[in-house]
Amino acid sequence: MWEDSVQADVGKEIAREGLRRRYKVVVAKLGLDGHDRGAKVVARALRDAGFEVVYTGIRQTPEMVVNTALQEDADVIGISLLSGAHMTLVPAVLKLLKEKNAEDIKVVVGGTIPPDDAEKLKQLGVAEVFPPDTPLKYIIQRIKELAEERRGYEK
Amino acid sequence: MKSSGITELYEEALKGNSRALSRLITFVEFPGESDPEIYSYIMRDLMRRSGRAHVIGVTGSPGVGKSTLISRLISFYRKNDEKVAVITVDPSSPFSKGSFMGNRIRMQQHSQDPGVFIRSTATRGVYGGLGVSVPLLIEAFDGLGFERIIIESVGVGQIDVDISKVSHTLINVFIPGAGDDIQALKAGIMEIGDVFVVNKADKPEAEVTYKQLYEILNLEDIESRSGWKPIVYKVSAVLGRGLEDLVSGIEMHRKYLIDSGRFKEIINQRRVYSLKTISKYILDKYFDEFFDRNSKEVIDFVIRGEKDPYTGSISIIRKFLESSR
Repeated sequence: MWEDSVQADVGKEIAREGLRRRYKVVVAKLGLDGHDRGAKVVARALRDAGFEVVYTGIRQTPEMVVNTALQEDADVIGISLLSGAHMTLVPAVLKLLKEKNAEDIKVVVGGTIPPDDAEKLKQLGVAEVFPPDTPLKYIIQRIKELAEERRGYEK
Repeated sequence: MKSSGITELYEEALKGNSRALSRLITFVEFPGESDPEIYSYIMRDLMRRSGRAHVIGVTGSPGVGKSTLISRLISFYRKNDEKVAVITVDPSSPFSKGSFMGNRIRMQQHSQDPGVFIRSTATRGVYGGLGVSVPLLIEAFDGLGFERIIIESVGVGQIDVDISKVSHTLINVFIPGAGDDIQALKAGIMEIGDVFVVNKADKPEAEVTYKQLYEILNLEDIESRSGWKPIVYKVSAVLGRGLEDLVSGIEMHRKYLIDSGRFKEIINQRRVYSLKTISKYILDKYFDEFFDRNSKEVIDFVIRGEKDPYTGSISIIRKFLESSR
């Protein structure tokens, strides 16, 4: 059995396993908001769940976040926002993604988002809104599902 | 990635379409995702075009300021309108295989400049500090017309020196107050570097660190791998001090490489390094599988203390080599 596998073409499964992509997420703090504890906790949890997480740091503009996601070829953008400016900044991210023909990249938002606003954001194209106290497990599971969905488009 | 679209994607990337460029970089970064024949076709074309870019490696312990320094270098090269690609490497977790990539944070001021492309990668189970993808990505960025390619290695330990095998000019970054001159005598990290930087040079201990480095590097017969005598600079990347000198030192080294013919040799060396690293990586996967399936008997002997691990390993490797005939 072993002989068979070693004789086989090196392009096959075992050899390729480590040269495959993991899911990649850009975690960003958008706008004038330095409260990054939550974003770091989520980024760390995603790392421990096997994601490759690019953290942009605080005080990012919509342009910076979208360009980062494009250059990193991210599956999901996770925006953390506690400043109350979500109805201005998040739609700006969605608009830029549309302009750059990159709507396949999923956007999720976490932070202090009132339920009414969460609904509006989802209507605008945000894939998921995570209000305070959302269990980390749930966040990871949803981001994984969204990343899978995005990879599906690519094929 | 779907194979039918890749040639169109490649054409678009060559024309400068940024989304296509990014997708192509992903294609190159993960050979295991695509059809081997198509991969080989695209890479051959990229490698035919590559060989011009100046590859600058930046290494040093975690927290010495590599990312901040790179951000400053990018600004300098952009003033001359040179296209800059940055490949950063962060460690992958050996447990979850995930990675937290935070090097970009210090370079975000360049994220809207179309002449700068930054891609974060991870070590992904490979020792040496680079991972499998970096040399492949160098070929791609080079082939796509980037003039400076800056590699940021993981914050190195004492022996993660593979970055020296793919860089034309290697910058080794130190900070004041971290260890005495005994550290500088040790093998490994002190043996690599064409340009040495004492960063955070606004700190009072900087002068001592500078002198220690200077002395060690000026002991007779200490020469960098290319016959070049390393230079030391005092820099504060955050405050923007000492950078003009550093940039001109890097330029001096590049000229030296070109005049001496080393520039091309290093490209050859990086290609051989890449070939060997990937071969070893794949072989390692095969060996793991073989070991798990075929070593039970030897493992039992070793656990019971009836065979020592060295003797046991010889019999396993003998079996492995026979099975692969």
